[in-house]
Amino acid sequence: MKILVPIKRVIDYNVKIHVKADETGVDLANVKMSLNPFDEIAVEEAVRLKEAGKTSEIIVVSIGSEKAQEQIRTAIAMGADRGILVQTDDPIDLGGIEPLAVAKILKILVEKENPDFVLMGKQSIDDDSNQTGQMLSALLGWAQGTFASAIEVNNKSIIVTREIDGGRETLKLKMPAVITTDLRLNEPRYAKLSDIIKAKKKELEIISINTLDIDCSPRLKIIKVTEPPARQNGIKVSNVDELIDKLKNEAKVLS
Amino acid sequence: MSVLVIAEHNNKRLKAVTLNTIGAAKQLDNDIHILVAGSSCNSAVESAAKTENITKVLKINSKELSHVTAENIAPIIADLAKNYTHVLAPASTFGKNILPHAAALLDVQQISDISAIIDNDTFERPVYAGNAIATVKSSDDIKLITVRSIAFEPSSNEGGNAHIENIPSKGKSKLSSFVALRETISDRPELTSAKIIIAGGRGIGSASNFALIEKLANKIGAAVGASRAAVDAGYIPNDCQIGQTGKIVAPDLYIAIGISGAIQHLTGIKDSKIIVAINNDENAPIFQVADYGLVADLFDAVPELENKL
Repeated sequence: MKILVPIKRVIDYNVKIHVKADETGVDLANVKMSLNPFDEIAVEEAVRLKEAGKTSEIIVVSIGSEKAQEQIRTAIAMGADRGILVQTDDPIDLGGIEPLAVAKILKILVEKENPDFVLMGKQSIDDDSNQTGQMLSALLGWAQGTFASAIEVNNKSIIVTREIDGGRETLKLKMPAVITTDLRLNEPRYAKLSDIIKAKKKELEIISINTLDIDCSPRLKIIKVTEPPARQNGIKVSNVDELIDKLKNEAKVLS
Repeated sequence: MSVLVIAEHNNKRLKAVTLNTIGAAKQLDNDIHILVAGSSCNSAVESAAKTENITKVLKINSKELSHVTAENIAPIIADLAKNYTHVLAPASTFGKNILPHAAALLDVQQISDISAIIDNDTFERPVYAGNAIATVKSSDDIKLITVRSIAFEPSSNEGGNAHIENIPSKGKSKLSSFVALRETISDRPELTSAKIIIAGGRGIGSASNFALIEKLANKIGAAVGASRAAVDAGYIPNDCQIGQTGKIVAPDLYIAIGISGAIQHLTGIKDSKIIVAINNDENAPIFQVADYGLVADLFDAVPELENKL
């Protein structure tokens, strides 16, 4: 069984972002970049399935600049077998390659690689769209299991437990399928140094986006990107009584 | 041309987030239709027809829609969308699951999680965990949009008298099937509509210690939430998670207990009217956004607060 895991290079989730002064976007120069956290969970799950003998090959794919090779190597160090980078110089966070275009590119790669299922993060932490997996499912006509917190792979089907508002829903998906990961699916491992060194020698195919014959021009024009309004500074209270007094008499949010 | 809202409902009534979504639709057009697709959903259809601003209810009452899957409903939405300028759904797990699937069927680039409407083509949406606001203008002929519920005033669920039109289902998709639903049973209010929220973080220390938070919440009729750290540590289920990767909330009073205040959590609470932080680390970032901060051991302060309220 073969799994395709799409991943994305994004700003590290611990980095405080800065909006560019000209309001055209977020400053990504000289900031730490990482594997998108939800994609890391997808890679981990694929590796665990491989360790359990449920799958034979894990292919990671990414769309981005040549630097995205770093994140593909990270995924390979975690246990993926090989990587594909669809290289573009367009932005991949805002005003560039959008989820619909990404889904179209992934569809081409799926048709080329014939995986049994696609396992990917539910959203990237840059543009926060939460669309690509659902769109890929629609374009392929495959079963869809979003926001997975548990996955059980059988011969021809996958049982997926989904994190939904107010509880958890379990679905049976016919393979092939597209599954997107939620936080509690697993806790990703740290790659060992020896695996990081070995990963540098694994196969990484680079495809230019221009060879794919897809219209990737953005449908959403970025008019501006601004900082959100800041909150007023508050005060410290010295004890519980003062807190209750403030909440009742000053803020008037308790009666 | 008019606007179509996709209702999230439980077959009995519309969920609160649907009313906020109608509130957003109102800013786009006066002619608002709503799709209520479900099974034995007459009550939900009737309540939709009575909702302010709704001019027509499209009803699909079909057994296979008792548990809506994206594969079942997205093709229906994609067909209907061709008659509308905008299709809106709440940016809940329901809307996030189905609408992008429909958008791809239509070759439309969806606009996710809008927080403001500038004009019929231009919208604001938070990006980078709400640390930036992008204003985007769509060039698609039909706009498919998910709506951040706290950003829009809800329509009233009375005063309307809409026409109800039956439309057929497309049958059952063979791709996926429903197995089970485990609902979180709680007498407490829902996070996204609660007036008061008490939330705990990693500082709570264990799943059993979360009882402290729950007792205080029960005493003052509050909802219970948590930071991602508390969810990751297994103290509490993920549907209680507040933040970029969980729920976005805006109560009158938000009390953060043992929460340090990671950026991704602050994103989810910054529209609260009053934020209170109780933490023993006076340098915790949560104090930078708190209206009232109390530097104290939560295991002393929380029971005291509960006793005195």
